[in-house]
Amino acid sequence: MDYNCVVLIKQVPDTKRITGQVMNDDGTVKRSALPAVFNPEDLNALELALEIKDKYGARITTVTMGLPAASDVLREALFRGADDAVLITDPRCAASDTLATSYILSCAFKRLDYDIVLCGRQAIDGDTAQVGPQLAEKLGVTQITYVEQLIDLGAGTITARRNIGNGFQRVKASLPVLLTVVGDANEPRVAAARKMMKFKKARTPIEIFAQMRAENPIADENKMRKLADKRAAQLDEKGLLIKQWDLDCLDADLNWCGQGGSPTKVHRIQSVVLTAKESKSIEPTAEGLADMIHELIADKTIA
Amino acid sequence: MIEVNRQGEVWVFAEQHNGRLEETPLELMSKARHLADTLGVKLAAALLGDRAKNLAQTLIRYGADKVYLVEHPLLGHYQTNSYAKVLFDLIHKHKPQIVLYGATIVGRDLAPRIASATKAGLTADCTDLQIGDHTTVKDGKLHDNLLFQIRPAFGGNIIATIINLDRWPQMATVREGVMPMPDPDASRKGQIITETVKVEQKDLPLQILEEHKRPKKVDLKAARIIVAGGAGVGSRDNFKLIWDLANCLGAAPAATRAAVDLGFIDHDHQVGQTGTTVRPSLYVAVGISGAIQHQAGMSQSAKIVAVNSDPEAPIFDIAHYKIVGDLNQVVPMMIKAVKEKSIKD
Repeated sequence: MDYNCVVLIKQVPDTKRITGQVMNDDGTVKRSALPAVFNPEDLNALELALEIKDKYGARITTVTMGLPAASDVLREALFRGADDAVLITDPRCAASDTLATSYILSCAFKRLDYDIVLCGRQAIDGDTAQVGPQLAEKLGVTQITYVEQLIDLGAGTITARRNIGNGFQRVKASLPVLLTVVGDANEPRVAAARKMMKFKKARTPIEIFAQMRAENPIADENKMRKLADKRAAQLDEKGLLIKQWDLDCLDADLNWCGQGGSPTKVHRIQSVVLTAKESKSIEPTAEGLADMIHELIADKTIA
Repeated sequence: MIEVNRQGEVWVFAEQHNGRLEETPLELMSKARHLADTLGVKLAAALLGDRAKNLAQTLIRYGADKVYLVEHPLLGHYQTNSYAKVLFDLIHKHKPQIVLYGATIVGRDLAPRIASATKAGLTADCTDLQIGDHTTVKDGKLHDNLLFQIRPAFGGNIIATIINLDRWPQMATVREGVMPMPDPDASRKGQIITETVKVEQKDLPLQILEEHKRPKKVDLKAARIIVAGGAGVGSRDNFKLIWDLANCLGAAPAATRAAVDLGFIDHDHQVGQTGTTVRPSLYVAVGISGAIQHQAGMSQSAKIVAVNSDPEAPIFDIAHYKIVGDLNQVVPMMIKAVKEKSIKD
């Protein structure tokens, strides 16, 4: 029997490439100006699921919550070997904090079969590492955080190695489980050319509709909907339809979603400007350096 | 979730392993003490474990007015489920207004579990905490004496202040090393409250088959002087320059994430957002461009010396002594200068 693996992935702004130009004057981040990437540790989570698939047999469903454009990371996951993709997108999800996000995801899990849920340890935009454990609590499943190696899977149990900072822990638990996977766990494989050829045509209903609208700018709305549904059905038959769920279809309680469902609020955002109070340039010469050392000894910085 | 509760205490989760308290919750005690005093409420520690009672007095010396002590043989080893269950019950019973955790491996595993169960807010990896007021834009309503949860975001490029207006407790994890360890005061008195809880085998869904911990190779937090190298050092062999300079200064050798990723030195030596946060008297940055993620871990150093061949390197923005030059020439000259000085003196 194949294991049902659900991998949670996130499209994130590439925070390593933030420069002055992508900050607004008030210090907030212009998200639109940042390249969007597959959250790095989510790639490790996907790779771990693919290892399970290769070794034990698995069906891998990738799920993301985000803007319609987040379908890019779902396609990327399909290129690498995922079987199925789900986009949760709804304007009412906007400004969800980790608690609201985990609630919305937990609603989606009512529609998913899962033995093993995998997430990256944390996402590089927030670095919170909270959604995984919060989802595990809501699903009532055992969480194993900081997984660096899958040791064994069998007889309804999983054995894994956790990275606990300055050491490791080998643990065993009954399925279902939720794993958060660290960056050291593996080397994510690259996209397979054959899968890329196939899945580059995979689309969400929103994308299908947008494409048809671009092709027929003046057509009647209802007629367009019907045509889009038809094309979606055709793609579905070929396994190329990316599922798209909104909050109605998840039967989510809107009180727990989006900004209203998020207990944490932003009071203030400041951009980071660090400057030394007093600074001096030192000549890179024996004399210049000797003077500096002398000064540091004189003010007792160096004993 | 609990209602806004102005009489609620300030709590610190007192993480311990094998009868030893972690450093981060102790570092948190002076800040938590300050928050409790500002609010005019008691500071309490939540201490869970098997035979952990002797640690309660330590927590009082570090600033706690009260220690909620939960002892049970099944709490001997940390497990997410059992600890979350017990701490959730304690929070539910006593309704603290603030609960703080060290952002340790355990703290970051446990706190989100509690946040989800209590349906309360949680801010990860704070670098500062304050008490302040907030006015909501929508209705102009003043919310006074909230916990300001201050943390870097977007890879350290911005600093965000997060608040919880209504669904309490207000919770945060706090980065290791960012708050100075308070001095214990043996004359402090406090109250130890023993709580009885039911913990069963079924609360331990994890079998811990093996655990291996090794001591850290270097204690950067305790170092008075740190010499750190970045990718600019070039190679593991050339990193000997960093070790040599560190040796003659009696300093701890450290590195940026880039240098660690390149294999120049072990991860234990890493300073920065994903490494250790340090605040030494002197930080010598060699071949380090000064990415914001690195600065986040060392900008609190009292004096910073930077050596870099690129005059535009961001590290120079925070350096007190700027040396533009080739590190392969500058570092040997610096070693020589230190040796000569120490001979003369």
